[in-house]
Amino acid sequence: MNNKSQSRILNRVLIELKPYGFKVFLSIICALITVILTLRIPVLTGEAVDCIMGRGSIDYTQLEDVLRVMCITIIATFFSQWIMNRLNNSITYGITKELRDRAFAKLQHMKLSQIDSHPHGDFVSRIVSDADTFADGLLMGFTQVFTGVLTILGTVYFMLVISWEIALIVVIATPASLLLAKFISGRTYKFFKEQAGLRGRETAYIEEMIINKEIVRNMDYEDDALESFVVMNSSLADASMKATFYSSTVNPSTRLINNLIYAAVGVFGAILAIGGGITVGGLTSFLFYASSYAKPFNEISGVITEFQNALACAARLFEMIDAEVETNQGANTTDDAKGCIEFKDVAFSYDKSKKLIEHLNLKVMPGQRVAIVGPTGAGKSTIINLLMRFYDVDAGQILIDGVDIRDVELDNLRSNFGMVLQETWIKNASVRDNLKMASPNATDEEIIAAAKATHAHSFIKRMPYGYDTILSTEGGALSQGQMQLLCITRVMLNIPPMLILDEATSSIDTRTEQKIQSAFNKMMTGRTTFVVAHRLSTIKGSDVILFVKDGQIVEHGNHRELLQKNGFYAKLYRGQSEN
Amino acid sequence: MRFIIQYIKKYKIRAILAPLFKMLEAIFELLVPLVMASIINKGIASSDTHYIIMMSGVLILLAVVGLIFSITAQYFSAYVAVYTASEIRHDLFKKILSLSQATKDQVGEEVLTTRITNDINQIQNAINMVLRLFLRSPFIVFGAMIMAFIVDVKSAFIFIGVIVLLSFIVYVIMKYTLPRYKTIAARLEKILHATSENLAGARVLRAFCQVDNESREFKQKTHELAYMQINTGKVSALLNPVTYVIVNLGIVALIYISATRVEAGYILQGDVVALVNYMSQILVELIKLANLIVLLMKAFPSADRVQELMEMKSDERTHIETVETSEALSQGNISIKNVSFSYNHTKEMDLVNITLEIPAGSTLGIIGGTGSGKSTLLKLLNHTYDVSQGSIEIDGTDVKKISDSKLAEIFGIVPQRASLFSGTIRENMTMKTATSDDAEIKSALNNAQGLDFIEQKEGLDTVVNGRGSNFSGGQKQRLTIARALVGQPKILMLDDSSSALDMTTEAKLKKALSKLSWNPTRIIVSQRASSVKDADQILVLEDGQAVGLGTHSQLMENCDIYQEIYYCQFPREEAANE
Repeated sequence: MNNKSQSRILNRVLIELKPYGFKVFLSIICALITVILTLRIPVLTGEAVDCIMGRGSIDYTQLEDVLRVMCITIIATFFSQWIMNRLNNSITYGITKELRDRAFAKLQHMKLSQIDSHPHGDFVSRIVSDADTFADGLLMGFTQVFTGVLTILGTVYFMLVISWEIALIVVIATPASLLLAKFISGRTYKFFKEQAGLRGRETAYIEEMIINKEIVRNMDYEDDALESFVVMNSSLADASMKATFYSSTVNPSTRLINNLIYAAVGVFGAILAIGGGITVGGLTSFLFYASSYAKPFNEISGVITEFQNALACAARLFEMIDAEVETNQGANTTDDAKGCIEFKDVAFSYDKSKKLIEHLNLKVMPGQRVAIVGPTGAGKSTIINLLMRFYDVDAGQILIDGVDIRDVELDNLRSNFGMVLQETWIKNASVRDNLKMASPNATDEEIIAAAKATHAHSFIKRMPYGYDTILSTEGGALSQGQMQLLCITRVMLNIPPMLILDEATSSIDTRTEQKIQSAFNKMMTGRTTFVVAHRLSTIKGSDVILFVKDGQIVEHGNHRELLQKNGFYAKLYRGQSEN
Repeated sequence: MRFIIQYIKKYKIRAILAPLFKMLEAIFELLVPLVMASIINKGIASSDTHYIIMMSGVLILLAVVGLIFSITAQYFSAYVAVYTASEIRHDLFKKILSLSQATKDQVGEEVLTTRITNDINQIQNAINMVLRLFLRSPFIVFGAMIMAFIVDVKSAFIFIGVIVLLSFIVYVIMKYTLPRYKTIAARLEKILHATSENLAGARVLRAFCQVDNESREFKQKTHELAYMQINTGKVSALLNPVTYVIVNLGIVALIYISATRVEAGYILQGDVVALVNYMSQILVELIKLANLIVLLMKAFPSADRVQELMEMKSDERTHIETVETSEALSQGNISIKNVSFSYNHTKEMDLVNITLEIPAGSTLGIIGGTGSGKSTLLKLLNHTYDVSQGSIEIDGTDVKKISDSKLAEIFGIVPQRASLFSGTIRENMTMKTATSDDAEIKSALNNAQGLDFIEQKEGLDTVVNGRGSNFSGGQKQRLTIARALVGQPKILMLDDSSSALDMTTEAKLKKALSKLSWNPTRIIVSQRASSVKDADQILVLEDGQAVGLGTHSQLMENCDIYQEIYYCQFPREEAANE
């Protein structure tokens, strides 16, 4: 990330922080108070020590005064630190929640092209971990840098006040420990990289063997697998040893330098004290400062990488929050469309540099059944994407009952379609809630009736809690076919005027499919239906058959017409029957 | 937890030396305030510059020796942690390889991978930190107290009070927060699941106009998380300020009491400075100790999870004595006698009372809907699972008596999901028989219709990416078929393995497989009638029951379900035209 974009993101962060402005301001004030008070303590301790010169020369009144100030300072530090911590918590967790909510809400209206073209895991990690890293890194990082810098400045100031000569030693010598730390971690980076590489390789190997475990066993390959693993595992151990050991020398090494500085301060301070240049109490304060001076430096250098990391996370989150949304400017609504669908000179392509659909003209009368046929990957689902406005046409228009679908309110358009897709999707909720999705007011009787029609009732009944069984997203409990039956039942409960069935029965075995056929036919009667299927029996009876190849509709007509045409469809049909 | 100690025992000496050297380092650190005190008491008080310089030499010596001890300790603890973890990883991998298929299904692939990677990394980290800090931190805390007693007994009592109070506070705060951190992690997990579920269902959710509902539910989840975080934060925000107050008020008390001790002539000004120093050392180490405990709290569940996996039964299958004689098993006759099977022993049967003879060299087709038990039957034949009832014999020998490696030799298996391993084509082809030469591999590839496209690439040296991602589905299927053919197995099992092939290739493949020179027994599973039509006998499965057995023409006469399947795929009038 370059500086310019970094400062742009920082600006944006500040804007996002605005609602928390007062809390941030208070937090900064508290940090300031905490630092000043904390730094006063060693000075006060020194002053107290100076009151205790020796037997017979103890200044009790002075001592009690100093100790009283100390007590007040300590208590005040307690409160300012505590309030600061609570403020920071409330800012951090608050802003994380808000950003997550906004990103998630955006996800609901984001263009599907973005969701389709983007790895889902990436969006998930933005909402889950980036939000955390951003809040932690930026806000905690900010407080740490702020207090760190203040502490350093304050320490230098107090040291200069007590004795500028010794202060000079500390200020000049301390960077040495930082340089040493940097030197060592620079050298260990190589080992960490090696370790990460070997670890990645080993994990990939482990995954491969676990996934293919059955094949491994069937081929009696276990011993060979273990042999290869041993080689990888031992080189990982050696690399890991180097990385772990060398990186663990950083702390002792910097501690050595700090100890040497401590010794130097002790000697010079003591010699100075002999000449009266410094009191014993002054020396005591100094020793405190000398040993705590290096700490903020280490923290700050750690925080800076964290800070940059946090900015990167912020950028990723903002990118998501600012993503383009589906256009939803249509105002027309209809509760029951007749289902006359017309494609007028439609052009569309996913990748704008490659032409896909061009000059598509098609008119489907209400109640007609349209079958979309073609080889896998030919773009059969594209037409569905356009009808549901998951994607918008590039040119031309799609009309439903004479109205351009872009002029229809989006939710209203979609609620006029019933959709069952090949890739079943089940929500992590009870069977009942899953079925009620399209019709929240459905009664239990209606649900059971629908489930009986789709032959889903018998397996739902056998589940541990029947209709109250919670389904998990990962499936497991249900087979693909059963999930498809649930998805069909879901539509069955509230059948909209138009239907889209994309390989809706692909995972259901032939016999069950036969059994639910009557329910299916009832569902399609009088409704304009788009069917993507590979079984010719389903396709044959359709009013219109579209043969899609390489994204283009290369043939359309009914079964008889297409057979006469003797083109792709006829070839497919004969091929499948002869087989 | 105990099993880790078993592993560490192997590095006993290093595991003892590491904390020992850490302790020595701590002793040297504890000596520093004493030296400083004598600089003040003797050097400054009597203006003895020579003494001061000598003592500073001692300080430098302490620092250098401390460094040497510390680095030695770091070396030993890194060694023990890394190599212990490495051995656990090795044994766990071995364990995973030996788990039965049933156990693996039950635990899940992702879980297994997490155990052997993340969980073991956690353990490694924890061992390292424990060896470094677990003795050092308490040692400094109590060492500082003992040193204080050496300096002055009466003032030192404050140390006891401060340590007890601090330990109590840290304990209470951690007791409150630690379980809540677990809840927080669980709630964050929920957010993760909700997000990925939502993404996967983007189309359905929009189609059902559920998006606003989803946002509302999500907000509820983030609210629950934030509520818990802020609540826990309220208490953890106290940790630093409270410990700070206790230690510093301790210092105030210490200064006041030691003033009276100086007045009484028991100690000197330098001793006061030393006592104050010891007190501040306690705070730093106590915080380190608290962090260590948090780290351990994370590592304990990891250790438990790894142990749980280690203790799982390796192989639940029955092995009666093993027969290795190749003479006895050279033909490929299979007889299935009254076999019933259930994956989950409590549920209803997945296969019921199957009886069947498959003569050597013949072809058996198995057909039925999804979930009818087709693949399950194949898995019983090569003893992936034990049958629940009945028996399976190969050339008259029960499969339970045949060793796994012998079974691997007899069976050539093409799984439903075509899967290749990263490496080269040659490596993939010779997984079972390392001795196969190129000619044999090529002939297998040729029979599997896979030679052409391989030769268009780099032949047998063509690189295969992880999961075979650089090959199409159809290519992968042909390669897995070839892999099964290498080594000329006596029994060939194809589990719906030509689904991704186009019709011409499938026909060629069918032909090649029927003409294999060594004429193996062939078992072909399919959902399509066309794939099994020509078999010597066809078994029709429905809900785990054998509802038909015979040739195509026999079944067309007497098996309703077979007819149904057939007519679904070849509509009646079409079939009549044939």
